[in-house]
Amino acid sequence: MQRFIRWFTIIFIVVAVLAPVIPQIVWSFSFRWFFPDLLPTSWSLDSWEYVFTDSSRVGESFLNSLYIALLSCFMSILVGLPASRAIALHEFPGKAVIEWVLMVPIIVPGLVSTLGIHQVFIRLGLTDSYIGVSLVHLIPCIPYFVLVMTSVFANYGTLLEDSARTLGANPWQVFWNVTFPGILPGMTVALMFTFLISWGQYVTTLLIGGGKIITLPMVLFPFISGVNYSNASAISLIFVAPAILVLVLTSRQLGKESSVMGGFGRL
Amino acid sequence: MTILTINNLTRLFDDVVAVNQLNLEINSGELIAFLGPSGCGKTTTLRMITGLLLPTSGDVLFDGKSILNVPTEKRGAVMVFQKHLLFPTMNVAQNVGFGLRMAGVNRAEIDRRVSEMLELVRLPGYENRRPHELSGGQQQRIALARALIVKPNILLLDEPLANLDANLRLEMRELIRSIQRETGITSIFVTHDQEEAVMLADRIALMFEGVLQQFDVPQAFYQQPSTIGVARFFRNENFLTGTRSGDTVNTPLGTLKIDPNIVNQPNGDVVVSVRPEDVVLTTTINENCIHGELITHVYMGTYSQLQLMVNGNRWLVNGPIRFAGNKGDTVNLHLPTEQIWLLPKE
Repeated sequence: MQRFIRWFTIIFIVVAVLAPVIPQIVWSFSFRWFFPDLLPTSWSLDSWEYVFTDSSRVGESFLNSLYIALLSCFMSILVGLPASRAIALHEFPGKAVIEWVLMVPIIVPGLVSTLGIHQVFIRLGLTDSYIGVSLVHLIPCIPYFVLVMTSVFANYGTLLEDSARTLGANPWQVFWNVTFPGILPGMTVALMFTFLISWGQYVTTLLIGGGKIITLPMVLFPFISGVNYSNASAISLIFVAPAILVLVLTSRQLGKESSVMGGFGRL
Repeated sequence: MTILTINNLTRLFDDVVAVNQLNLEINSGELIAFLGPSGCGKTTTLRMITGLLLPTSGDVLFDGKSILNVPTEKRGAVMVFQKHLLFPTMNVAQNVGFGLRMAGVNRAEIDRRVSEMLELVRLPGYENRRPHELSGGQQQRIALARALIVKPNILLLDEPLANLDANLRLEMRELIRSIQRETGITSIFVTHDQEEAVMLADRIALMFEGVLQQFDVPQAFYQQPSTIGVARFFRNENFLTGTRSGDTVNTPLGTLKIDPNIVNQPNGDVVVSVRPEDVVLTTTINENCIHGELITHVYMGTYSQLQLMVNGNRWLVNGPIRFAGNKGDTVNLHLPTEQIWLLPKE
């Protein structure tokens, strides 16, 4: 019975994740596909050829998206790691307020906050730049990063670090030899969230990037609104590839480290 | 090989006094127990010795030199915690060799000393095991090896036996004792179990609510407790108030003679106490006798434990195995002169 449930779950997940992708695979190779035909009446590789031309800007925007997402990950670590450690392990005045503020971007739509930030970024000269786009991506990224890392730090505690200190390790050695390896599995998951959230941003990129920073969603959207489903499908398959890749790579951590997902209980 | 001096050590957490004006002088090579109920400031004191926690006031000295300005990693005061013992990301050899690796000792030397240490804690050949593959007792021993390998000035053990079952506890107790004797490292362990403290320690520091009650050899806590509280903690609740004049004490139950050779006894209003095992049930002796009313008696295997009311206080007395009696019976108790200890009245 347990085996049955297990296999049922696995099959269900695979179907739920992969089934929506199947029509897109078919679409991307179709030339003519009209209702009520079950399959396209004629096939072509036009969409895929188009995707790999320079004029489609798919390759360029893919690299932009990648660069911005990695930059967001890096900045999330810089800001989020100390923040989540402080929240998890220390008591300080105003802690509840800070925790609340960190969760606000999950509730408030990104568009609203981005409009306000846009004005500030224009004055600071941060619009139309990679760093500006990455910074605005941090708004939705940080809450998830901190949520996961707070629970990781709380679970990890300080006793191992204390042991290491008394054994003669200075704070720097403690971090690299004890803390970092200890939180790495959890941080991988937190970074996966950060990466995927940044990877999927559209409106914020559009506003702050001012149309000069082209990311993959910005190449994709015109085809969806322009009803060129073949091109849209081909690009969206490229768009979804890193997500699936990241999910597969970190699935072991997701399954093993229950504490990693524990932070979501705080939502 | 380090003399540890603690001078007026005080630590506040907000308004709560965790450790209050603690003074201790611990000799080189001694094994000391910090004993007391949980929350009495034992672990707080250990953390201040390591430098993981700063004192509010007071001083800690190693061999006469203040170490308050020395960072934790340079103090050589190694602490073994009761939980989260080993680094989960490292195998046994990496765990044990950690301190040497941090100190930059070369690889071959580390390997040699790791296997030496594993030998010492009786786990030879365990180098490549992962912490989660070890039992609680084995983890404890590896943690001990990891601490000893750096040749600490002071070894601090936080409830080292708390998470072990009875058999392992006995084994670990012996191991700690023999290793401590062999290495001669000044050591302190924290415990709330008075039996453990008595069996293991050279001297015991008993603390209540951050205040040191008594710092003495184990026997003293039984024979010469300093206060009623200390006597209670060591399971002596046989108290009788009286007034001392010279070598006699006048009590509501008659005059008792005390041993003039026992010094450092209080005068005036005092509390007479005799340990449960030192009270003699008698029908023949009339000298130094009081009487109590029997509440109940319990068969304890090797003796009977009697509960009595003596002048309004509940007394526990160890009686003969085949004791027979009913609730309400009057029992005659002989208090041998040399077993009477006087406590200051509170």
